[in-house]
Amino acid sequence: MANSTAGKARAGAGEPVNMMAIVAPAIGWLIPGAGHAIQKRWIRGALLLISISTLFVLGLLMQGRIYKANGGDILDMLGFVGDVGAGSLYIVTLARDWGQGAIAFATADYGTKFMIVAGLLNFIAVADAYHIAIGKKQ
Amino acid sequence: MTVTLNHFSAAFVFALFASIVFGITHRDTAREMIRYGLYCFAMFLGGTLVAGWAMWVLRR
Repeated sequence: MANSTAGKARAGAGEPVNMMAIVAPAIGWLIPGAGHAIQKRWIRGALLLISISTLFVLGLLMQGRIYKANGGDILDMLGFVGDVGAGSLYIVTLARDWGQGAIAFATADYGTKFMIVAGLLNFIAVADAYHIAIGKKQ
Repeated sequence: MTVTLNHFSAAFVFALFASIVFGITHRDTAREMIRYGLYCFAMFLGGTLVAGWAMWVLRR
């Protein structure tokens, strides 16, 4: 057992450090699709940018509510985790105090879900950018 | 500015963009991406329609 642990440690130490494996996910989180674009996957990057941004902005325009960091209800915390995945879109929304939600609109709840899903989809895109960076995917 | 979508258009928009992201991130080649994206889109919209009709039947 000790030998296998030592073997894993040696294998980990021998792997080359790939800077792109750190930069691509980080920039991909900040700007949806940028993690792909920086690795010259232009079309994929553009499609991800359009899809995720449109979903998020539509959610805002539908008077959806943005979740802030909180330690209260579990669903509120999960909502925050979803929203924060949208990166700069979330930061700008929070900074401009948008996304307060309007209960006057029946579709406002759809808007809230649109923004959460946009963030979650961006998390998937970030993982994909990482897989491209480490050579697991083309 | 406020955008108001009805239930079906909201489901359509959601299915469209989620399918694009799923297609790109879950498959390796361009052809497979398109096929999987179309499959997801059909499943999203089909699931919505089936669930809608199921609720209509249950309500009767």
